Amino acid sequence: MNELIHFGQTALGLVRDVLPIAAILIGFQLLVLRRPILNPARVGVGLVLVLLGLALFLEGLELALFPLGRLMAEQLTAPSFLFGEDTQAIAEFDWADYMWVYIFAGAIGFATTVAEPALIAVSIKANQVSGGTITVNGLRFAVAVGVAIGVAMGAFRIVTGTPLHWYIITGYIIVIIQTAVAPRAIIPLAYDSGGVTTSTVTVPLVAALGLGLAETIPGRSPLLDGFGLIAFASLFPMISVMAYAQLSEWRTRRVREANSSYQDRP
Amino acid sequence: MNAILLQFMRSLRQSFQDLLPIILVIVFFQLVVLQQPVPQLGQILVGGLMVVLGLSLFVQGLQMALFPLGEDMAYSFVKKGNLWFLLLFAFTLGFGTTVAEPALIAIAEEAAEIAAGGGLIEDLEPAREGYATGLRLVVALAVGIALVVGVIRILKGWPVQYLIIGGYVGVVVMTAFAPPEIIGIAYDSGGVTTSTVTVPLVAALGIGLGSSIRGRDPLVDGFGLIAFASLTPMIFVMGYGMLF
Repeated sequence: MNELIHFGQTALGLVRDVLPIAAILIGFQLLVLRRPILNPARVGVGLVLVLLGLALFLEGLELALFPLGRLMAEQLTAPSFLFGEDTQAIAEFDWADYMWVYIFAGAIGFATTVAEPALIAVSIKANQVSGGTITVNGLRFAVAVGVAIGVAMGAFRIVTGTPLHWYIITGYIIVIIQTAVAPRAIIPLAYDSGGVTTSTVTVPLVAALGLGLAETIPGRSPLLDGFGLIAFASLFPMISVMAYAQLSEWRTRRVREANSSYQDRP
Repeated sequence: MNAILLQFMRSLRQSFQDLLPIILVIVFFQLVVLQQPVPQLGQILVGGLMVVLGLSLFVQGLQMALFPLGEDMAYSFVKKGNLWFLLLFAFTLGFGTTVAEPALIAIAEEAAEIAAGGGLIEDLEPAREGYATGLRLVVALAVGIALVVGVIRILKGWPVQYLIIGGYVGVVVMTAFAPPEIIGIAYDSGGVTTSTVTVPLVAALGIGLGSSIRGRDPLVDGFGLIAFASLTPMIFVMGYGMLF
């Protein structure tokens, strides 16, 4: 019964979030565009499905994944797991002691991105618009690899305590260089994939990891160092998506060159 | 009816595949690395089923409602040919969807605590609340402006990279002057503004505009709105941190 009440609260919260969006859409449709909504029944059912689906999704995550994920983030960053019973070791830790944390950060970054609903939405659209050249799963994996590298590096940054902006600015420089050489058609999509990676699934788990790390490492403040993982997770997908496009372009060109040199033979 | 059911079963299987990596990561770390049993297995199974079902329903609803709505409105605005209403719509959509975003509300409250702890504002409830509300309005304003600029860009056909790189320069310059306490939050606020309901709508709006205006390519010109919406909040939040 408690679960049912909780589910109702989640659903109500979502309705409250979506209400302003619906008001804006309907308001403009009726007052400015002055035309009825096409297929109102279908759209209505679709909106209900979106709401119901998101409510089930969030509630399921809250029930199954988040408690376990947060617990694991805490356990992996706990000094007793990393250094055993030796309480002196924590004072003179080395960044390499946290190897399992980086691996966990990368793995959970990858896995949560693959399940991110907003990314699925953008991938479906990109697939339709590109006429199938960009595959739904190809884009999602490219983005997920980017998030994995980003979150692992973000964890490394918290452990070493180096300033966030140096990493971000270096990342920007890489993005700018890639923008100059990557296939033109992929660039807007690559930029967009930075923004969509971090929502419902990734943020809670990744934020828990960051705060857990910042709380247990001596000399780090959760407020100053706990943030920034999400910024990493939105920066690296741009790099990985452009790299993915560059790689597939390079491979196509090589195949074409191999074919033409074969034909040139007497 | 059977066809719909079959399609739904297929989408359920797809959702399960989407979720599989998370399950594998958690099981591996729990059993192999941490060497602990998985607690409350029953609850986790029920939750996992809900996630799979929810994801399938969401994707179904997306195709039925959010995508057609966003694209249809883009077509109508182009046909009506009224630029000001289109820009007003873009701003309202960005501002309206961001100001009530739960992730943003959470981050704004944390930011207020940091500001109070750092002595930037008085450590009193009304001061903190005012700071948090101000921050939320600033981020919502940033997203609204981002969508307006992004829509103008699609109409004009400007390459997306000039605006984004210009934005990066803005972020780097602001980083040099902003108080260090605000930088982490500012960078993160870019990532949290774009929610699961907003992203499909905004993407559909951009693609609808990109495909209904002659001479624009939906792939090259249609995408990019979300990128703006995650960039401008960083600049605006750092600016807010400098003012207060």
